[in-house]
Amino acid sequence: MTSDSAIDISNLQFTWPGQEKPLLDIESFRVAKGEKVFLCGPSGSGKSTLLNLVGGVLAANRGQLAVLDKDLARMSSSARDQFRGHHMGFIFQMFNLIPYLSMVENVILPCRFSKSKAQRILEGGGSLESEAERLLSHLNINVEEMKNRPVTELSVGQQQRVATARALMGQPEIIIADEPTSALDADTRDSFIELLFAECSRSQATLLFVSHDSVLGQKFDRTDYLSTLNKVGGDS
Amino acid sequence: MKEVILLSFKSLLNRKVTTALTVFTIALSMVLLLGIERVRKGTKESFESTVSRVDLIVGARGGSINLLLYSVFRIGDATNNLSYESYREFAKHEEVAWTIPISLGDSHKGYRVVGTNESYFEHYRYAGSKTIRFSQGQRFAGLFDVVLGADVAQKLDYKLGDRITLSHGTSRAAFQEHKDKPFVISGILEKTGTPVDQSLHVSLEAIEALHVDWRNGAPPRKGEEVSGEKLQKMELQPHAITAFFVRLKSKIGIFQVQREVNEYEEEALSAILPGVSLKQLWQTLGGAEKVLRVVSFFVFVVSLVSMLIALLTTLNERRREMAILRSVGARAKFIFGLLIFEAGLLALLGVLSGLSLLYLGLWVAQPILELKLGLNVGLYDFSATDFYYIFIIFVGALVVGLFPAWSAYRKSLSDGLVVRL
Repeated sequence: MTSDSAIDISNLQFTWPGQEKPLLDIESFRVAKGEKVFLCGPSGSGKSTLLNLVGGVLAANRGQLAVLDKDLARMSSSARDQFRGHHMGFIFQMFNLIPYLSMVENVILPCRFSKSKAQRILEGGGSLESEAERLLSHLNINVEEMKNRPVTELSVGQQQRVATARALMGQPEIIIADEPTSALDADTRDSFIELLFAECSRSQATLLFVSHDSVLGQKFDRTDYLSTLNKVGGDS
Repeated sequence: MKEVILLSFKSLLNRKVTTALTVFTIALSMVLLLGIERVRKGTKESFESTVSRVDLIVGARGGSINLLLYSVFRIGDATNNLSYESYREFAKHEEVAWTIPISLGDSHKGYRVVGTNESYFEHYRYAGSKTIRFSQGQRFAGLFDVVLGADVAQKLDYKLGDRITLSHGTSRAAFQEHKDKPFVISGILEKTGTPVDQSLHVSLEAIEALHVDWRNGAPPRKGEEVSGEKLQKMELQPHAITAFFVRLKSKIGIFQVQREVNEYEEEALSAILPGVSLKQLWQTLGGAEKVLRVVSFFVFVVSLVSMLIALLTTLNERRREMAILRSVGARAKFIFGLLIFEAGLLALLGVLSGLSLLYLGLWVAQPILELKLGLNVGLYDFSATDFYYIFIIFVGALVVGLFPAWSAYRKSLSDGLVVRL
């Protein structure tokens, strides 16, 4: 059965082993394909746990968590790792890049762990390097100038854009961004979000953007508040 | 797997200084472990082959180590001499191929004088089959000719043709000089790395000549001295020697001849098997090698600990790296493998650079050791022990690598994709 939902959660419960109280209890949360959803939640609202569940690093104890119509709970942990590699791209808060890899190597990294991502690019006719450079220049990175510099010398804004290129590499269906703008100033933040939107639309990716800063929510298709979604609330 | 190799390489390369230092400590501990093993083996072998091809050493009855010490190493003194007749008796024995008589008791500036005969130069072998060779001059021909060991000539700066006098007794402060009978240096031997280097060699007749005018162990009284010229014309017959080396025609006869010596009725004699006694002596002296081994083992442990520190200290700052790897689809097992592989790579680099250092060191030191100490440290004799040490170093590094790998694995599981620092 195929639906038009990218992420579909119902009656999800997660409890750490050995604890009685569940950390996360979400009755229903759905993100449609192609949708750009802003999920607002302060730290401690169970945000990290939800991301780890959607990413397939953790498995729910109860309820359903379907990503692209696949129930993650029914997969083995290594199948979930593979699924994450094939269908998702992540952008984190900061220090998004692996310091000992070059800028282009950082962008290509997902293709080393996901054959299907690599295949999608190679079937499109280009090499992995040229695709990485294409994405980087779309994200306003001067590839020729930055190529041979260590990634640690890039500015935070540049680092986040390189990380975005990495997340988009191989056209994954879902992009998950976890506070990607919290280290950016207001101007770079806005232009970053615009670029992110443009590239997600271009590759028809679903975007789940998580942040504590509700101001950002205006530009998104929809804003949800984790504090209302999560019936447990409180501390994580 | 390809990813593990690539990422661990790049990650180590990114931390050049720590990596280089860790590799260096592993290399150093390897050089110590293997180097000490080589030197130990070389020392043991050259010690145990101080005399080779000698089946029995015969001396006056006494302890076997004592006999070995004074006859071979020229350390200490014999309790008694044995008569020249007894020596002749056994030299003529049908099982005996050749003998080397040794007569001790005199010295020169602290170096021992050995009275012997032609067969010393003919038959003496050390380090397997090496013969005694002359660097200058020749064997003693005249009554007052002396042949110097390499160290004696070098330390005392003697040349061929120099005249020297011998002293009675073996202490450095020997009080009674055989001043009236000077010797002429007829030959200087090449370095052997054995006690031969510290000996002066004269004929048995010369020993006899030195003491012919002595009475009951006291120097000749005034007017009773026999002059050198007169001695030249005398028919000198040795009365006693200190010990003799025996080579048998066949090894089968060893125990029979040994028993015959020990049960000899004319005189109280004992015969020892030098190989066995040398081994016994080495075992008592070998304590130092154990200390060296323990020290190098601790250096090895320290090198492992420094590797552990090098890997563990980076672990916290690498948590984000692990989360990134997880986010692009790496399994938690991959994180474990990455860290283990880094440890293995460090060990491999350490072992390889250790081996290069060791061979470079041996290549440089070998001729010097051979020349200065007569110590033969094999450059190419790679032994099973070496493989054992390399194996231990490698396995040790991997076992130590388990700690950071496990720690990173656990952290990566609990962090997941979100690292909270």
